[in-house]
Amino acid sequence: MTRLMPVIHIVLLALVIAAPFLLPDYRSSLSALWILIIVALTWDLTGGQMGYNSLGNIFFYGTGMYVAAVITIGMAYNVGEYTDAAGGGIFAFTPTQYFMGFGFGLIGAGLFCAACAFIIGSVTFSLRGPYFAIGTLGVAIAAGELVSNWEWVGGGQGISMPNYPGEQERLFTYFSFATVGVVLYIFLRWLYTTRFAAAMNAIRDDEEKAEAMGIHTLRYKLVAWAIAAFFVGIVGAIEAFQALHFEPLETAYQTINLGIFMVVCVLLGGKGTLWGPIIGAIMFHVFKEITWNYFLGWQWVALGALIVVTVVYFQDGLMGWLMSKKPEWFGIRVESRDTPTAEAAE
Amino acid sequence: MNAIIEVSGVSKSYGGVKANSDISMQVQKGGITGLIGPNGSGKTTLFNSIVGYHPIDKGSIKFEGSEISKLQVPAIARLGLLRTFQQTRIYGAMNCVENMLISMPHRKMTFWDAFSRNDAEQIERAEGLLDFVGLYEKRYLRGGSLSFGQQKLLEFAMALMNEPTVLLLDEPTAGINPTLINGLIDRLKRANSEFGITLFVIEHNMRVIMNMADHIYCLAHGEMLASGGPEDIQNDQTVIDAYLGAH
Repeated sequence: MTRLMPVIHIVLLALVIAAPFLLPDYRSSLSALWILIIVALTWDLTGGQMGYNSLGNIFFYGTGMYVAAVITIGMAYNVGEYTDAAGGGIFAFTPTQYFMGFGFGLIGAGLFCAACAFIIGSVTFSLRGPYFAIGTLGVAIAAGELVSNWEWVGGGQGISMPNYPGEQERLFTYFSFATVGVVLYIFLRWLYTTRFAAAMNAIRDDEEKAEAMGIHTLRYKLVAWAIAAFFVGIVGAIEAFQALHFEPLETAYQTINLGIFMVVCVLLGGKGTLWGPIIGAIMFHVFKEITWNYFLGWQWVALGALIVVTVVYFQDGLMGWLMSKKPEWFGIRVESRDTPTAEAAE
Repeated sequence: MNAIIEVSGVSKSYGGVKANSDISMQVQKGGITGLIGPNGSGKTTLFNSIVGYHPIDKGSIKFEGSEISKLQVPAIARLGLLRTFQQTRIYGAMNCVENMLISMPHRKMTFWDAFSRNDAEQIERAEGLLDFVGLYEKRYLRGGSLSFGQQKLLEFAMALMNEPTVLLLDEPTAGINPTLINGLIDRLKRANSEFGITLFVIEHNMRVIMNMADHIYCLAHGEMLASGGPEDIQNDQTVIDAYLGAH
């Protein structure tokens, strides 16, 4: 298994690159899948690995969208005048302005959201369990309402983004998401082998014990959430460029859509594992696309049923189910001194 | 020998209940100090006060000469004053080795150290200590799947991994079968003599505490009833009365 890993990863990377060319009609759908994968992986960072179930990660998504918009527009024009004119034709963007805005917008969104996570987290991390979930949900809802009353960024009307200066907009979006997703995967794959991950797991299993053992619990919680916020903010920023126009409540701070979907993806795939959220996001996306295409009108009912079934009967998800069926695949075993320990070194 | 923990005049009440009133005591460096008393006499409250679990109403608690009664739990733990729990606490979803590795001394760990892996030396140390408590063969099993007694041993091994100066043990032998108790006493004594860890132990099992401790304090109704060597305590009429419920 360990020897096969590089081969598997090369095949996967080839698939990621080839996918938009093999399925040219599904480029937007594949981009949407990447959004789900990234928000699910980052949700699992605090939810699955650390036991802090945030319902407010969508805050970073919406904030990322707005930060990217403000940076891109602000570098070329006065943001207030731009939003007053509701993005009318007089505000043209050169390709240089567009790509400068894209680059700085993404980085700015990531950093700003990470900083937000530090500030909000230092308050919300004094809450535990369901109170943390409700507290963070409150932050996301409040942010949506505040932004929809803030005329400088367009208020409830929302804000328009410049058009992509070229032909291959969908490919550009797909590869932007895919790059972030692959970087996030590599980063988490490394992070989950470090002591940082062990500290997060310790907080998840028994935070009081972790404190009694001298672990810097608040520090790890803040850094973990800031990492999640960084990546979610960047995804939001890319989505802002793809959406062309977005408004605060339904698109940016969409608590009841993407804000819940990310949790369902993780639960479907299995909490606290690297591959669980990815597999869960794929399962969820396929389910969602099928119901939207073939059961239109019933799609929300089907989605609701999926959530109920997952939460009630399938809490551990696919990976959790595998772990209970095949514990030895996950290194859970009794081993005496006599048995060869070659595998133990991994 | 000098006092490593100095508790003077500590009081703590919960609402109207005085759990500790005007308690003064000392734990001698390098020794094994016992704390006994009937249920509800305030032993665990005193432990919790020392490790910073709750603020005290009055008094002072000093560790190695400096005041710690205002510090938070993790900060006190990083000073090298560690406690185990009456209701055993381990990290259930992590395996024994992982439980051990994350229990490394955090006072020695900088923020950036968190982003590296554990080196071979630490893994060897973790496995050595698991061997010391007899859990080596089960080291890749999840902590939560061990029996209660094994979890207690794991918690003890985790405490040793943390290289504490003083270890506060809250009923280390409760719920452990009699054969295992002898092994545990032996290991506690070895932790004290070989690793030089000062022990401060709450214990209900008189045979255990009389066998281990060199100095014993007895609490009753939140007040210090008696203190002295094991012999003195055993023959102290007030202690016998407190345990038998005489007034």
